[in-house]
Amino acid sequence: MDQDLQLVKGNEAVAEAAARAGCRYFFGYPITPQNELPAYMSWRLPELGGVYLQAESEVAAINMVYGAAGAGVRVMTSSSSPGISLKQEGISYLAGSELPCVIVNMVRGGPGLGSIQPAQSDYFQATKGGGHGDYRMVVLGPSDLQELVDLTYESFNIADRYRNPVMILGDGIMGQMMEPVRFPELLDPQTLPVKEWATTGRGGKRKENNLINSLYLDAEACWEHNQKLGEKYRQMKENETRWEILYEDAEFYFAAYGTTARIVKKALESLRQRGYSVGLVRPISLWPFPDQAFASLAEKARGYVVVEMSMGQMVEDVRLAVGSELPVEFIGTAGGVMPHPSDISDKMETLIREVGGHK
Amino acid sequence: MKAVFTRPQALSDQATHYCPGCLHGIAHRLVAEALDELDLTERAVGVASVGCSVFTYNYFDCDFQQAAHGRAPAVATGIKRARPDSIVFTYQGDGDLASIGAAEAMHAASRGEKITVIFINNAIYGMTGGQMAPTTLEGQRTTTSPSGRDVSLTGHPLRMSEMLQGLPGVAYLARVSCHDVKHIRQAKQSVQKAFEVQREGLGFAMVELLSNCPTNWGMTPGESLKWLEENMIPYYPIGELKTPEAVTDHGE
Ligand SMILES: Cc1ncc(C[n+]2csc(CCOP(=O)(O)OP(=O)(O)O)c2C)c(N)n1
Ligand code: SF4
Repeated sequence: MDQDLQLVKGNEAVAEAAARAGCRYFFGYPITPQNELPAYMSWRLPELGGVYLQAESEVAAINMVYGAAGAGVRVMTSSSSPGISLKQEGISYLAGSELPCVIVNMVRGGPGLGSIQPAQSDYFQATKGGGHGDYRMVVLGPSDLQELVDLTYESFNIADRYRNPVMILGDGIMGQMMEPVRFPELLDPQTLPVKEWATTGRGGKRKENNLINSLYLDAEACWEHNQKLGEKYRQMKENETRWEILYEDAEFYFAAYGTTARIVKKALESLRQRGYSVGLVRPISLWPFPDQAFASLAEKARGYVVVEMSMGQMVEDVRLAVGSELPVEFIGTAGGVMPHPSDISDKMETLIREVGGHK
Repeated sequence: MKAVFTRPQALSDQATHYCPGCLHGIAHRLVAEALDELDLTERAVGVASVGCSVFTYNYFDCDFQQAAHGRAPAVATGIKRARPDSIVFTYQGDGDLASIGAAEAMHAASRGEKITVIFINNAIYGMTGGQMAPTTLEGQRTTTSPSGRDVSLTGHPLRMSEMLQGLPGVAYLARVSCHDVKHIRQAKQSVQKAFEVQREGLGFAMVELLSNCPTNWGMTPGESLKWLEENMIPYYPIGELKTPEAVTDHGE
C-alpha cells in the first residue's frame, strides 16, 4: 500500500490530519515557524465546507475556538510560543467551561520574542498550566511525522471524550521537515455523535437551555466544579498516558521527547555499538507524564540522562518519577540550537564512568 | 381580567441581582422583546460578558456562553461561523467592550460578523466598584479618578460608536438612551433593527445604550437619570449612525 504514502511537510501534515479527523473550523494568527499550517487550512477547510478565519490576534483566535467548540464542532488553532502565551487566558476558560479543542504549538526559542528555530522550552507552560486555575490538558509530543499525524487525529477524540483542550507540542523543525506519511480516512463530521450540551440554539427541540460557563461565584459550587474536573484529570492519567521504551533490559537510560528523542536515538545506537547497556524512555504524553515507564525500569536502571532543547524542564518530572536514589543528569540546548549526538553520548559515557557501569 | 403588561417570553422567571434603579433591567427587557417579536428565541445564542451583566445567562431564556472579559465578540464570531443559522448576540459593558475588548469589538465589526452587539455604556466600571472607564466623562469622579477625570492625564472619553461608524462591515449602528419612556421606545426600535439586520445577514449590528450606575455614581436612581440626560447625551449624541436600506422602520 506504499502508494498511500505521501511526502509532506510537518505543518501541513497536522493540518491534513485534523481535517481527516473531522475538524472543519480553524482560527489562527500568523507566526513562524507554523505558517504553513494555517495556509493549508485556508484552502483545505473551505474545500470541505468548513471555515478558516484569520483572527486579529491569538487572543481573539482562542476565543473564537471557544465559541465554536461551545457550539459543538471540532475546532483547532495553532501557533508558536509567543502566540501560545497569548492563548493562555482562553485555554483556562476552555478547560473551566469543559470545551474540547486542539491547540498546536510549534515551539520556538524563547523567552520573549526569542528565535524562530526549534525549541522545547514551552514544556512547563504546556504541562503545568500556563493559564490560571487548577486545570490540566493532555499534551502530546510526537517525534516523527507519522506519529504527528496519528496523534493529531487521535487528539480530537481525546478532546471530545473528556470535553477538554488537548495540545500537540511540536517544535520548529517538526513543522518544517518533510517525511512520508500515511493519512487516516477522511471523517465526515456529520457521522460524529451529537454534542447534546452544545449551544446550537434550542431549535424547538429542547426545553432546557444549554450554557457554556466557568463562573461559580459561590465558593462551595466552585469547589464542587473543581472536584468534578479533578476526577476527569484522574481519568485522563489513567487512560491517556503514552510512552515508548527502547531496550527494556538496559542499565542506563536517556529520557527525551519529540525531535530530541530522534537525535538521542542516534547517540544511543552508537553507544550500544560500542557495547554500552543504554536505552531510551520517550514520553509521548507529556501530561499525563508517564511515571509508570520509569517505575517499570526501577529494578534495573542505574541512572538517567535527560536531553531537552531547553535549559531543563522535563528533567524535573523525570526526577520526580525516578526519585532520589538514582542519578538523573541533564544536557540541554537553548534558544533554537539543536543538541549534537556526540555531546549526548559524551554525557552518557561520563555518567556511566562515574557510576561505575559496565561497558 | 386581561393582562396588559407581562414578562417577555425570552426572559426567565428570575429576580435579577441588579441594584435598584439600574437600567440593565430595561436593556434586558428590550433585548427579550426583540427576540419575542421577531420570533428568534429558539435560534438565539447569547454571549455574556464580564461586568455587572455577567449573569445575563440566568435572565434570558435561551442558550448562552459566558466569555472572558472583553472577548465576547470573538466568542460570538466562533459561534456564528460554526452555526450560521443561530442568532448570536453579545451583551457587554463599556469596560468590557471599549477597554479590554476594544480590539475584539473593532475587528468583529471590521469583518462584518453577522452578530448583534448590545453595548451598555454607563461611563464607569460597575462590577468592580466604580473605577474610571474609557467612557468616563471629563471631570467625572470615580474611585480611580477621585478629583474627577483629568483628560490631560487619561485622555478623552472614547466614543466607540463613532469609531466603528466608518467600517464598511458595520450594517447597523445606533446610540440610544434608556433614561425616559420616550427614549426607551426609540431604544426598543433600534434593538429590534439590530436583530433584524442579523436575521437578514446584512453584517455587524451594534446598539450602544446609554445607561446608568446609581450605586457607583453615588446618586439616587432619579438623580442618575437626570445626570445621564444632562451630561452623557451631550458628549454621546443619540441617534442612528448607520442603517442599511433593507431594514424597515418600526413606526410606533
Ligand atoms: C481579565 C480580567 N480583568 C479584570 C477583571 C475584573 N473585572 C470584572 S468586571 C470589570 C469591569 C466591568 O465593567 P463594565 O464592562 O463597564 O460593566 P458594568 O459592570 O459597568 O456593567 C472588571 C475590570 C476580569 N474579570 N478579568
Ligand atoms: S453596580 Fe451599577 S451597573 Fe452594576 S448593577 Fe449596580 S447600578 Fe447597575
